[in-house]
Amino acid sequence: MTEPISTPVKPPIWNNPQVRAIMFQIIALVATVTFGLYIFQNTQANLRQLGIASGFDFLSSHSGFGIVQSLIPYSESSSYGRVFWVALLNTLLVSVLGVLFATLIGFIVGIARLSKNWLISRLALVYIEAFRNIPLLLQIFFWYFAVLRAMPAPRQSFSLGEAAFLNIRGLYLPAPQFQPGFGGVLAAFGIAVVLVIFLSRWAHQRQMATGQQFPTLRAALALLLGLPLLIFWLAGSPLTWQYPELQGFNFRGGWVVIPEMASLLLAITLYTAAFIAEIVRAGIQAVSHGQTEASFSLGINSSKTLRLIILPQALRVIIPPLTNQYLNLTKNSSLAAAIGYPDLVSAFAGTVLNQTGQAIECIAITMAVYLTISLLISLLMNLYNRQVALVER
Amino acid sequence: MNPFKTLTAAATVLLLTATGVAQAGAALNAIKERGFIKCGVSDGLPGFSYADEKGNYNGIDVDVCRAVAAAVFGDATKVKFTPLTAKERLTALQSGEIDVLSRNTTWTSSRDSAQGMNFTGITYYDGQGFLVNKKLGVKNAKGLDGATVCVQAGTTTELNLSDYFRANKMKYTPISYDKSDESAKSLEAGRCDVLTSDQSQLYAQRIKLAKPDDYIVLPDVISKEPLGPVVRHGDDDWYDIVKWTLFVMVNAEELGITSKNVEEMKKSTNPDVKRLLGVEGDKGKDFGLANDWMAVVIKQVGNYGEIFERNVGKGSPLKIERGLNALWNQGGLQYAPPMR
Repeated sequence: MTEPISTPVKPPIWNNPQVRAIMFQIIALVATVTFGLYIFQNTQANLRQLGIASGFDFLSSHSGFGIVQSLIPYSESSSYGRVFWVALLNTLLVSVLGVLFATLIGFIVGIARLSKNWLISRLALVYIEAFRNIPLLLQIFFWYFAVLRAMPAPRQSFSLGEAAFLNIRGLYLPAPQFQPGFGGVLAAFGIAVVLVIFLSRWAHQRQMATGQQFPTLRAALALLLGLPLLIFWLAGSPLTWQYPELQGFNFRGGWVVIPEMASLLLAITLYTAAFIAEIVRAGIQAVSHGQTEASFSLGINSSKTLRLIILPQALRVIIPPLTNQYLNLTKNSSLAAAIGYPDLVSAFAGTVLNQTGQAIECIAITMAVYLTISLLISLLMNLYNRQVALVER
Repeated sequence: MNPFKTLTAAATVLLLTATGVAQAGAALNAIKERGFIKCGVSDGLPGFSYADEKGNYNGIDVDVCRAVAAAVFGDATKVKFTPLTAKERLTALQSGEIDVLSRNTTWTSSRDSAQGMNFTGITYYDGQGFLVNKKLGVKNAKGLDGATVCVQAGTTTELNLSDYFRANKMKYTPISYDKSDESAKSLEAGRCDVLTSDQSQLYAQRIKLAKPDDYIVLPDVISKEPLGPVVRHGDDDWYDIVKWTLFVMVNAEELGITSKNVEEMKKSTNPDVKRLLGVEGDKGKDFGLANDWMAVVIKQVGNYGEIFERNVGKGSPLKIERGLNALWNQGGLQYAPPMR
């Protein structure tokens, strides 16, 4: 007796799971692209019908308005494209300074929060709870309208040795004027940096080999300061200062930190630092207490324990949420528009949009820029994270 | 907050333009179906558009919208006002958030052409000036070299300011705010030396300051600022109605028709008056409106002279002279085409 052998029938091609998967992908892709094209063409057709200009030609036409702060040369006869760069640099300036200061304050407060000293840890707690629980916009208004508006008029400025002045128009600082020969000082600084790198490598290797320690930090500081100063003195002080002077209505000359920038920076720094402090505290507490005890029992003192044992391990927990805070800070800097700081949203997505009426282009550019900045920050932080992450074998 | 409002409005432009296709007459039909007019006004400018403590809007720009509502619906109250900053206003109109923008907006070529708008007329002939603290001792605009100037972002004012200082080889530092109130506060606090805007606005801002007498408006006028209502491109029927509502009010003043005497004037023998009040001819049908729409506008809102005096002229705290805004036959520029 033989059982009938069922010959395997080849299933139809549309039942093949692999073919199906690919087909679905293709259909989804075609649908998405078609939809995108439809939206794009429809938008263009409608803009034409409404008589609204489109395209990016406007970027090369004259702007015709002034901007209070620009890091690159800008005048009213510059183009809208130039306004974009001015605005972008203003955004980046406030973001980069904000990230630096927020990290610094955040780490200090976060560590202080864990201090055994009751007063210090309570002060840190009060700081964190106050700043992270008040809306950021309100904090910006507080600094701008309540604090910095209380400064005196230009003629009654607070002065610091007749060199720096503080008034309602901002903080005026003397500007350095580099004379020929200052390049040597910069070069000396560069050399010092290279020397410090070699020095620390040598010190590390020596410690590994012999166990002898070398005061790397002090030596590095001495090199970084001493060498440029020596050259500075030898070159006959090739640096003069341009002091701000009261002329007519305002101070002229020197560097000025405008109150719009100061209050924005203060607000986003203190706000974000409160969050970073909590992240740092959580990160440190995530490291098992056994590590501290083990470190102490090896005779390592408490500051070195924190620096060499606890923080490197805590960083693994700290970095990912810290990245979020950096992203938040950068995006929050767009609140500048509320107090007239000429950032990307205020000067470009606001004024340029309004003067040209090309809303879609301006908003699209602005969104693309914020996306790019955020992705760049993420990328950098991910690279750093890879360095400190636990290496699994 | 403003940046988000602007963003939302811009997103709406994208959405609207990406989905619907506008048709002629569409705006007017939509308004008639809806039953009220969406009118964009300023975020607080006494005399032009200003909400009082009860939330009622007053001002010359507000009255223009009321007049349009009276023309379309026979009822001047069928308006919803949307306060807008200078930055938000044009996007709000482009996106269809409002039907008409009556917000002391300057008629310029680029707004009319590249930005897809139609100015329907001129409600107020204005010019840009400067408001300064008397303490500065500045007598005219030429004395402002090196000054810090507060200005509203996204306005023609911002452009005129830079033109003026460039032409006279003077330096200035601009501080641009979204809201006119912020500029005024900054002037009071001393963040800026001078506030620049259209002169009418300067007078209005001045009475809002804590000590108005400490401030003066400089005599210089540095630009032409014809302010008027604006509609979107694309619906000529709607454009005509807004345009002629203003002309009706100007013509009514010229013919001596006021909100008080409009009923008596219907008995007038003057054919111009008869046509305007809908006693003779069918001026309503041409516009697709009731035959007496013009009479209703005058009755409910008033003629141009009435709304001027009531809001910015002798009947108001601003006490602005008619000046350029007098009728053409009284030495001013207000001139409306004939109704026939």
